[in-house]
Amino acid sequence: MLETINFLLCGVGGQGTILASDVLVNVGLAAGFQAKQAEVHGMSQRGGSVTSHVRWGKVVYSPLIGAGEANVLLAFEKLEALRSLKSMRLGALALVNLQVIEPLTAISGDQAYPSDETLRKAFAQVTSHVEYINGEEIAGSLGNLKVANVVLLGALSALLESGGQAGVGLTPEAWLKVIAERVPPKHIELNRKAFQAGREAVGKK
Amino acid sequence: MIKMLSGNEAVARGMWEAGVAVASAYPGTPSTEILENYALFPNVYTEWAPNEKVAVDVAIGAAYAGRRGMAVMKHVGLNVAADSFMYASMTGQEAGLVIVTADDPAMHSSQNEQDNRAFAKFGRVPCLEPSDSQEAKDMVRTAFELSERFDTPVLLRLTTRICHSATGVELGERNTPTAESKPFPRNPAKYVMVPGNAVKRHPVIEQRIRDIALFAEAFPYNRLEPGNHSLGILTCGVAYQYAREVFPQASILRLGMTWPLPEKMIRKFAQSVERLIVIEELDPFIEEAVRLMGIAVEGKSIFPITGEFDPRVVRESAITTGLLPESAHVPLPDVETGPLPGRPPVLCSGCPHRTTFYILNKLKVPVNGDIGCYTLALTPPLSAIHTCGCMGAGIGVAHGAAKAGSPEHHVAVIGDSTFFHTGIPALVNVVYNNSPVTTVILDNRITGMTGHQENPGTGRTLLGQETTRVELEPLVRALGVQHVQSVAGYDVKAIEKALKEYIKLDEPSVLIAVEPCALMPEVRKRWIPLEVLADKCNGCTLCFRIGCPAILKSEELDEKTQRPKALIDASLCTGCEVCAEICPRLAITFRPAEVEEVEMEGNVSC
Repeated sequence: MLETINFLLCGVGGQGTILASDVLVNVGLAAGFQAKQAEVHGMSQRGGSVTSHVRWGKVVYSPLIGAGEANVLLAFEKLEALRSLKSMRLGALALVNLQVIEPLTAISGDQAYPSDETLRKAFAQVTSHVEYINGEEIAGSLGNLKVANVVLLGALSALLESGGQAGVGLTPEAWLKVIAERVPPKHIELNRKAFQAGREAVGKK
Repeated sequence: MIKMLSGNEAVARGMWEAGVAVASAYPGTPSTEILENYALFPNVYTEWAPNEKVAVDVAIGAAYAGRRGMAVMKHVGLNVAADSFMYASMTGQEAGLVIVTADDPAMHSSQNEQDNRAFAKFGRVPCLEPSDSQEAKDMVRTAFELSERFDTPVLLRLTTRICHSATGVELGERNTPTAESKPFPRNPAKYVMVPGNAVKRHPVIEQRIRDIALFAEAFPYNRLEPGNHSLGILTCGVAYQYAREVFPQASILRLGMTWPLPEKMIRKFAQSVERLIVIEELDPFIEEAVRLMGIAVEGKSIFPITGEFDPRVVRESAITTGLLPESAHVPLPDVETGPLPGRPPVLCSGCPHRTTFYILNKLKVPVNGDIGCYTLALTPPLSAIHTCGCMGAGIGVAHGAAKAGSPEHHVAVIGDSTFFHTGIPALVNVVYNNSPVTTVILDNRITGMTGHQENPGTGRTLLGQETTRVELEPLVRALGVQHVQSVAGYDVKAIEKALKEYIKLDEPSVLIAVEPCALMPEVRKRWIPLEVLADKCNGCTLCFRIGCPAILKSEELDEKTQRPKALIDASLCTGCEVCAEICPRLAITFRPAEVEEVEMEGNVSC
């Protein structure tokens, strides 16, 4: 097991990255780690990029992850995944949601949104542990696009187990307990399904 | 039990545990959530003040009256409140008085990154700096105890990274000081700062800060963590965490009180190590004070004076200056992603401010802006903000430019909350000294940028109680402005007509554009996406000029012009109809009529 595990979450305001990082830091705490979380979301409400740092470890000092030190990248959007690529440690685990949210700079035609090929080629240069997932499609099949973030968390939980990084002693139930504490009671079952669907999407029950 | 709390939540908890009687603030990132969270505790009094100066005076009033008072603000708020902060230091108070400043290294959402520890030194006031959420909570009580023990205000300095990081906190019990009901003090020698009294108070506060410096020598938050003798690090705040991480072997003296400094402790520490460095964000505040003690120290020759630190910044600075070996370097992935489109914050789809800026852009007038969401109109295609410096600045700047003979008609734009904050005196000046400035008050019925806080114009308080609504139009008329009108924020024609008329006037004029923020929950319920009628759209691009994120370029080209037609993203469109109003070919649908009726009824009933 690593001394410290550094999760970098990135996406666009409104995608649920904040809830996801809140879940993640509390799962770390429940698993007996010291855990810290830092939100970098200045003006995210106005459609800007959102980044959140979560760290688990025996002892964690800095709430921020230095560039080049992320062990796990959880990217909610393709362009933001590419933007955060350089913050990753070589060979780190990456889970990339294939959603596209075009920024105004791309809509106006001034700058091109990167192609899927660019994304996959760039990631291949940094790590072989990359998993692509269509969180919106899975969430849509469950009837609520908003649970895409929990789909991603489910997939992440499974990947952590197979990577052996920090899955030690962490059951899906431990994650679901933390999630259940953070969603309205009437949505607990939906979130449970979303979490499970995320796990299955990366080949784990 | 350990609970994950952000620094702001932790401060709120600390306030509750310490029994703060009155807490007042003006919202400002990164401090806003402190009072929002404090308001959730039972039986507390807390309020949004119109500005930070008022908030500090309110906290002072409570402390004069013998109850713990607190004022909370972002760093630049203390500039607004500086006058009150300085007199509070002169008078002291009957019960604890704590002022929270949330500084913003890296300017995540601010106009500068001033280091407010300077205010502590300037005002002869002690400054406490937590390094995580646990300390943020605990130091609130400590600050009040210090305040009461030494009869002084205390500055509790946070930074964005402390405010917005969640770390584990062990909660404590509520332990309010037993407050005897006593009459308001009649002690003019202490509380009436006429020169004759102030002259006598000045030596008192100079002695007070010397006494606190002695107290600091045994202050438990000034903590020595012995290590290797080759390197000694003086540090504070969140920088302590980076120091601990990057230099695990070093000796560290973590200062929880950064003003006044414990000179003996620092001297002893310096003697115990071979090389002494300071790791502090922003100003060389500790470094310069230590150098003044005659102690050899390095700091800003190694670490940056600008921006926010993180472990990488600290490590790479140390490598570059030879403090750490090259082998400590953490490589970045060597990968070429090509240019990536930026994702700057923009005015939201359905933002009621958009209409005004679309017209101002058309009129090509100089626009003196202010602090709020509307500052985002500076970017293309709206490009209609030409100055923005601080809260309440725009009206005064417009007046000054007009008086200097600027050949164009100046328009100042300011939000409702910012107008209450510091816009009113500036508008009084426009009237009193008569300039032809047109002021547009963008009244979105809320304090928007910081995430929907109540203000004097909303009719509700921070505690959710209904209250008198300060009406803008009568207020502006009462100030003596002759040309005033309120228009609906989405009414393109009315705003254009009014502004065209006003910019020809030789007298002050005020246009109030009223429309609630499109993101408010009750407004969201009324969202109805509009549609582009592809057979009518000829790709004229006019609707692209309002810069709405919901209007996209379709892949379908117009046969004649070969330009892309417009397309509306139904997931973002609120149905504000601004694009529909300006479309010359009626190619964008309006809201269905029956929905408008329902909406009207809704408005009448509330």
